[in-house]
Amino acid sequence: MPTSPSAPQVAAAAQSAAAVAARLDSLRGPVAPRSHDARTIAALTVNPGCSRRAVLDAAGVDKRKLSERIGFPARYGQSPFAITRGLAFEKQVKADGCAALLGLLRTSLGFDVPEHEYVDLGADPDASAPAGGVDRPTRYERTRELFGRVAAGEALLADHPLLRLDVGGRPAYVEPDVVALSARPADAAASAPARLYVAEVKSFAVIDGQADPAKVGAAATQAAVYVLALRRLLASLGADPALVAEDVILVCPKDFANEPSAHVLDVRRQLAAVERQLARLPRIAALIADLDPAVDFDLAVDPPAAEGEPGREHRGAAELTKSLSMIEARYAPECVTNCEMAFHCRAEARAAGAADVLGRPVRDALGGVAGIDEVLALADASGAPGAASGGHGEAARLLRAASRAYTEALLVAPRAAESEPPAAA
Amino acid sequence: MSTLTALARARAAHDGRAVPIAAVRHVHLSDEPFVLIPLMQAGEAAAPLAVLAGTDRDDAHLLVVGQPRNRDQRFAFLTDFARLLIPYVEQRRARTETVEATKNHEEWQRCTDAPQLILPNTGGVDALRLLGRSARFRTPDGPYPVDPLVPLLGRHLTWFAEDRAAMPGSSVCLALTAVLGQHWATGQSALEDQHLPALLGWIDPPADMTGAEAALRAEDPDLVPPAGPVTDPAFDTGVLAPLVRAQEEARAADDQRAIAKAEEELRSALGAQLRQTWETVWRAIDVLRTLPAAASDELRWQVDRGRFTDFVTGVEEGAPPQPKRPSAVAAARRLADLEAAQQSYDRSQAIDDPLVLARYRVGGEAFSGRITFVDAERQEIKGKRAWPRPLVLLHTEDDVILRPGVKLASPSRVNQTVRLRAVRPLEGSGFEVELELQSGMGRGKTPEEGSLPVVGEERCYATFLAEQRGMRPELPETDQTPWTHGGPPWPYVPRAEEQAEDWH
Repeated sequence: MPTSPSAPQVAAAAQSAAAVAARLDSLRGPVAPRSHDARTIAALTVNPGCSRRAVLDAAGVDKRKLSERIGFPARYGQSPFAITRGLAFEKQVKADGCAALLGLLRTSLGFDVPEHEYVDLGADPDASAPAGGVDRPTRYERTRELFGRVAAGEALLADHPLLRLDVGGRPAYVEPDVVALSARPADAAASAPARLYVAEVKSFAVIDGQADPAKVGAAATQAAVYVLALRRLLASLGADPALVAEDVILVCPKDFANEPSAHVLDVRRQLAAVERQLARLPRIAALIADLDPAVDFDLAVDPPAAEGEPGREHRGAAELTKSLSMIEARYAPECVTNCEMAFHCRAEARAAGAADVLGRPVRDALGGVAGIDEVLALADASGAPGAASGGHGEAARLLRAASRAYTEALLVAPRAAESEPPAAA
Repeated sequence: MSTLTALARARAAHDGRAVPIAAVRHVHLSDEPFVLIPLMQAGEAAAPLAVLAGTDRDDAHLLVVGQPRNRDQRFAFLTDFARLLIPYVEQRRARTETVEATKNHEEWQRCTDAPQLILPNTGGVDALRLLGRSARFRTPDGPYPVDPLVPLLGRHLTWFAEDRAAMPGSSVCLALTAVLGQHWATGQSALEDQHLPALLGWIDPPADMTGAEAALRAEDPDLVPPAGPVTDPAFDTGVLAPLVRAQEEARAADDQRAIAKAEEELRSALGAQLRQTWETVWRAIDVLRTLPAAASDELRWQVDRGRFTDFVTGVEEGAPPQPKRPSAVAAARRLADLEAAQQSYDRSQAIDDPLVLARYRVGGEAFSGRITFVDAERQEIKGKRAWPRPLVLLHTEDDVILRPGVKLASPSRVNQTVRLRAVRPLEGSGFEVELELQSGMGRGKTPEEGSLPVVGEERCYATFLAEQRGMRPELPETDQTPWTHGGPPWPYVPRAEEQAEDWH
């Protein structure tokens, strides 16, 4: 039996948590924290060893704005064509109370799906709210209330639900496409209880049963975030979190048509990864404990004194860059697809001559030697390996062998085709 | 990733310029390649936006789709595309040579040339594959009739981008990023190498820039548009979307002058995006031509010519389009073919190119050194005959981690199998390797003249050169497919539902 912590312990923990929160707030400066969404939470599972991103994310710093201010704007953006197509497909799948989705589950996946009551949580029941829909806390409250009924056994189809997930002590809202499909898989016994499924509508095509693995992977991680948020919600309602299936339904266009097709995706691995990263976030205290008090990423801009003048930035590019350099990054070329700071970190790694810029496989093949200059020094060193190899004995041996084999190979004439005239250059 | 290639990347990063990792060119370059740069609409599975194509650097053909989501416009585009590509392919069909009968094959006619598509990157090849898939099941009749050229084009694109592009050693459909990356190591990551202008920047930078600077400049989509198949999202938002809309509005109003104007504007906008890549592609081809072709090039291209002949003959004789999914037997056969082709390509590259062979030395699969002793008289009595089994000693500086009993061969005499008998460390550094020659010495009791290494000669021995050529597994005929593999597949019958694959 674990003993419950004593009152002073709880008080001390609360105090230190408050201190961490205060420091994170001061890191961000007097601007509203940037809240996480499913995409940024999913991104936490990539490159988890990067302290720089962990701190910036925990403090809620707007990384996109930060990257612009320091002169390395992130080049993200989605084509309007892709956005239009995505919205049109989602609308089609969700038309008539998700009729197409329910039909697919019954026919193509063979699920046993009862009649569902369809509730659109994004729409206002009174239709009196101003255009732009219902605000987030209201939607979250309504989602909570709805899932109270689901936990009690009702078959409800929730469209545009809003779930909440605690990320580093701050609530982040995530919006699954559709959840709470209460269904029994085809191979389950008739007595097995129905489970709740998250359905994710994506507009990338599944052609002859195959889709781009990178896109499927991203969809799976995103869906895992929803499963986790839904499980936490059920737990807070006193219901069994295991009611939410770790299989999710991925709905994609089939082949080149716009006809939707449904696929079951097992997201257990992604679920574990997301949970692990979220559990790790509170350990942010250790990362910021030794940080210089002068370090911050205050992106606030004071209004200009007179009209036509530029506003006064709290921190200039040089100050922000200096602050960034105080927190260690773990750059890898793949960061470009996940993190707004990637171009800055790349420039920094290149300037430092880090082997990281060549990619992980290359770095591994170099025997894990961190610096490019160091690699070349080891490769070109004469004398027995061991002398001046600085603990890289095996790597030094390999690098020298590679260097020697390359130089020797340059002296050997290759076998070229005879009819071909010799190289022009 | 071999240590040698990794080290070359580190050197490239340090020097700011790509480092060669091949001494000869391991792909064939046709005298008249068909350069092809496809652009696809974002968010759609296979909606072509434009293609810039042709065999003449100074005469590029630009094809544009006004509204890629419009089915009729899409197939009109594919018909035009077919009118460009199919004649090019058919010209290669015209002349044949007679291949004499062998033990396994009767006499046949092989085309003396094969077509060659060159694309900027692997994404482009993938786009062609999808276009091929979307076109090859169409028919000139049925609910959505198309021009008869469309399904023909689909089968051709499938052959190029799916059947041959993945086949190691084939050169009929080349992605330049992959080809350049095979011959040069850059100072950036493999991910960044997928951008052709950046990759070429490392290899062949402008006179006033380092490779690293040229690559960095090439990453700015405003200065250097992406090499496709996806367009820059900012271009989509700022330029393309308004032009597509203007065109649609003009069509809706049936205003011929406005339609012509909108189409012209769309053409020039897409042409401007493609023109730079066109130059980059041809420059990359020039750079590749500076490398002499490898000795095995002719033989590999001969295989391509043979497969091309098979393909066009099949089409002429009315074979059905390539299936969506191959049958069990066809898939097993394809896998065996891919493995055999990979093995043969690896071998021929290592034999032709000392820089490729050097990778295996670092990896411990090969060693190189000087012959110090040859006992040509040594024999082995087996049954009633004495067989020559000369003994050779070699000194090498390479780490020899191979075990006694291993079979080896040298690139300078590939058909001579050698057995490793012992490895002894030398005083100071290096190893003495004791080898027994087992074959490739003629049929006599004594080795043929010139079949043995000589003292003082530099030789390299590698394990994979002595490996048995991949034996194709015995597979049943397609109609004998066992039930464990789904039984014999149903013969192909065009189905209406395939024609009806609709969108919107």
